[in-house]
Order: sequence, then structure tokens, then C-alpha cells
Amino acid sequence: MRDVAVVSFAQSPCEAANRRDDMAGILLPVIREALGAVGVDRDDVDFFASGSHDFFEGRTFAYIESLDAVGAWPPVSESHVEMDAAWAFAEAWSWLQLGEGDIALVYGIGRGSLAADLDQVLPAQLDPYFLAPLRPHRDALAGLQAAAMIDAGLTSERDLAEIVVRSLSAATGNPYAQKSGHLGVDQVLDAPYVSTPLREHDVAPVGDAAAVVVLAAGDAARRLGDRQAWVRGLDHRMDTHYPGVRNLTRSESTRVAAARAAELAGFGASEVDIAELHTEYSHAEPLLASALGLERTVVNPSGGPLAGRPVTATGLVRIGEAARRILDGRAGRALAHATNGPALQHNLVCLMSGEAAA
Amino acid sequence: MTEGASLSAPYTLEFPFERTVGPKIGTFFAGLKERRLFGARAERGVVCPPLEFDPDTGAETGELVELAPAGTVATWTWARSRAGDPVARDFAWALVAIDGTAGSFFHAVDVGGDPSRMQVGMRVRVRWRGDRVGDLRDIECFEVAP
Repeated sequence: MRDVAVVSFAQSPCEAANRRDDMAGILLPVIREALGAVGVDRDDVDFFASGSHDFFEGRTFAYIESLDAVGAWPPVSESHVEMDAAWAFAEAWSWLQLGEGDIALVYGIGRGSLAADLDQVLPAQLDPYFLAPLRPHRDALAGLQAAAMIDAGLTSERDLAEIVVRSLSAATGNPYAQKSGHLGVDQVLDAPYVSTPLREHDVAPVGDAAAVVVLAAGDAARRLGDRQAWVRGLDHRMDTHYPGVRNLTRSESTRVAAARAAELAGFGASEVDIAELHTEYSHAEPLLASALGLERTVVNPSGGPLAGRPVTATGLVRIGEAARRILDGRAGRALAHATNGPALQHNLVCLMSGEAAA
Repeated sequence: MTEGASLSAPYTLEFPFERTVGPKIGTFFAGLKERRLFGARAERGVVCPPLEFDPDTGAETGELVELAPAGTVATWTWARSRAGDPVARDFAWALVAIDGTAGSFFHAVDVGGDPSRMQVGMRVRVRWRGDRVGDLRDIECFEVAP
């Protein structure tokens, strides 16, 4: 494998609704910051990859607007995924592995606030025969998954409240968080149910933000800074779509992706210092921790998605936050997880280290 | 434009396509129109609703099997009713294990708006829509079986 590293990460503050800026307006300063930090000019980037959903904009090929911030003339090599930008990261990493170039820029831009009613929008992502016709509200399938976990004795409402309290408290140190604070467990348990057993704070708040990660290969990566977060292993796997034929209390796709990533990396998920997990709901944390075999690892030191969920950038932010802790020397090894689809259907695991492969 | 103001326009979210649903799902929907419930044989057992492909092996699923329109609640979450929902008062979204199947069916359960009547393991049966057209909403919801 080619040595490929995250060399820079930037994000915009996650806002409940940004009505000042369009897509390019949110993204441009973040691209400038990420490239500026490593002294790279936009023209030096060999490949751009992005992730966003047309669902939120309500029109096809909505992401084209964001290319104004990339600069598409003279023509650039560019790609887009209609999913979380963590998968654009996976594409850029593969592209660099193929030796097509040396520097890639990945961005995610989400404006989840645009929809007047997300409960009308999000069912459009479900299978059109057995799920979408019922138009389950946005948190219904997650509520079923959380209920199944409590019924199976894998967590409790109090455990979930403790995860919320820890996450929002960690987010007080994160200037990009949409939500943070020192709450009490009982206060969290007093909040109304959104979809039993999930309460208000168990659900990640949807917001508007952009995130940018710069990847570089080999000597280019070493030239761009003193430290690199080397991507030692990356894999993603998918469970079947229909929730009725899944065991919602387990994440087999996460387990398999982590095993494959560990095989590439030479170290496993249980050997990292910190893990940033794409937990759109509090119950996802014990579920993922179990699938990944995390025990003493620090989880979501940034506060995680419970402190802010810029749709389709949330997974990429996990990669960026994990990499950042290697770049600034606070962690030697880190794990980032991203998810896509209902009730953790599709999962990506990325293992990074301050040391390139031997 | 003044600072902070933005343009807006009315918008209707729609999916203006018709789909051919294939032999398994097509027969399943045609069955609903006749108040009949079908599942498909898969490696783990009969799955209802039927999938075209086996969730465990990826192979084509086997023959369709007619099932009694009743089952047991496996998991549920309580929801506030909204315009267009299957039940006009607060209800549960649930995974219902149809009798004789492996796995469960995602649909709404009506317990008269009272969440204390919902329990894992409770018996429910299909409430059929009066005017059926051959799609999933031919099942209005599940209701408590007497």
C-alpha cells in the first residue's frame, strides 16, 4: 500500500440554521483554512471529492453549487458521493492508492436546516416499497433500535443519559459544536421523548456546516508538515436494508469493516487512544463500542455528533477530529467511524497513526 | 438584498415515478389487495414482507407462502401522530413477527393512543384498509388481537 495521510483538517461552526451563506459561501473559507494551514494552493490539488445529499436542497445535482468554492476552471479532477463525505474520503484515499496523484481535498457540506420538515424528507432515503410508503418520522427506526437494545439488556435509559451528559460536557471545549453544556443525568431524563426510549438529547441536533480534509501521499505528505495522521487502514461494509431482517442490537457491518481495517493497519480498534464515532443517537455508542471492541478508549472527545450533526459532513468531521489529535500530538493512534443509512446500516472504519507503515 | 433576508419559494416533495416491483413483491402487493398475506422462503425461514433476495445469502428467495395476517410485537417505539400517518391518533411504530416467519414486519400498531397498552410479545393482527389498491398501505395498521 502507498503511504497516505491526513495533513490538514478544518470545519465551520455547526449552526442550527445558516441563512447568511449559500453552499459555496459556507465552504470557501473552510477550504482556504485547510489548504492555508499546509501552504497548499488550490491549483496544487490533484483530486477533489465531496459528499452531500440532494434531499436537503430539494433539487438534483445541488452540490454543483459548492464547486464554486473549488474553482472548476481550468477543469479539475472531481467526484461526488450522494452520502456522507466520509465515503468521499474513502474514494480519495483509494484514488491516491492507485497513484493517480499526490494531493486530494475532501469536503462535506450539509445544510440540514433547509428542509421545512425533515420528517417529510428523510423517508425518501428508505426503500420505496416497504418503508417509504409509511413515511416513518425521522427518528422512528432509531427508536426501534434503541428499544431493542434496552429490551436485550445492552443499555438503559440512564446509561444513554450518561452518554449525553459526557458528550455535551466534552463539547464545551469544542468551538465548532452546535450544542454543549454541563447537564445533569436527571435533567436529561426529564426531557420529553422523541421516539421512545429516545429523548430530546439522545438525538443529534441537525445543523449546517462544512468540513474539509486534505490528504497527501508519501513524500508530498512529509513535505507538508512535521506530523501526519497516516491512514493505515480503511474499510466499509453494509448490512441489509430492511430492518425486519436485521438484528438491530448488533452491527455486523461495523465488526467486519473494523476487522478488515485492522488487517490493513497492523493494529486493531482496541489499540487506539481515541475514537470518534458517528453517533447520531446516544444508543449508537454502546452498539458501536461493542462491535469495535472498544473498552478503555476515549470516545468522542470532541463531543461527537450529539453536539452537532452537519448532515453529510458528520462522518468526515469524525475523521478530521480523530486525525487532528494525531496531528497535534495528543494521540498516537486514532479510530474514526462513519455511518450512512437507517439504523446504522452502512459503516466505515478508518484507523490512523502518527507513524507510517514500517 | 438586505442583510439576513433570503429568497424562498413553495415546494412540493414528490417521487413522480412508477416502478415495476418484480415477481415476489408484485405478488405480495396483489395479495394485499385480496386481504391475503404472503412471505417468501429464505435460508433463515419465511420472510414477510418477502424480499426478492435472501438477506443472508444474496441468492434469489424461494416460493411464496401464504400466512395468517397476525403476529407478535418484537420491538416498538411510541410516536406522535402526524397528518398522513397510518393511525390518526398517537400510535407505535413496531416490528411485528408474523406467525410462521423468521424476522419481522415494520408497520404501525394502533392501541387507541395509550402507550401503556404496548408490550413486547403482545398479539396483533392486520387491520385491512377498506379501499385497497395493491400497495403497502392496504394494511392500515396492526391492532390488538382479541
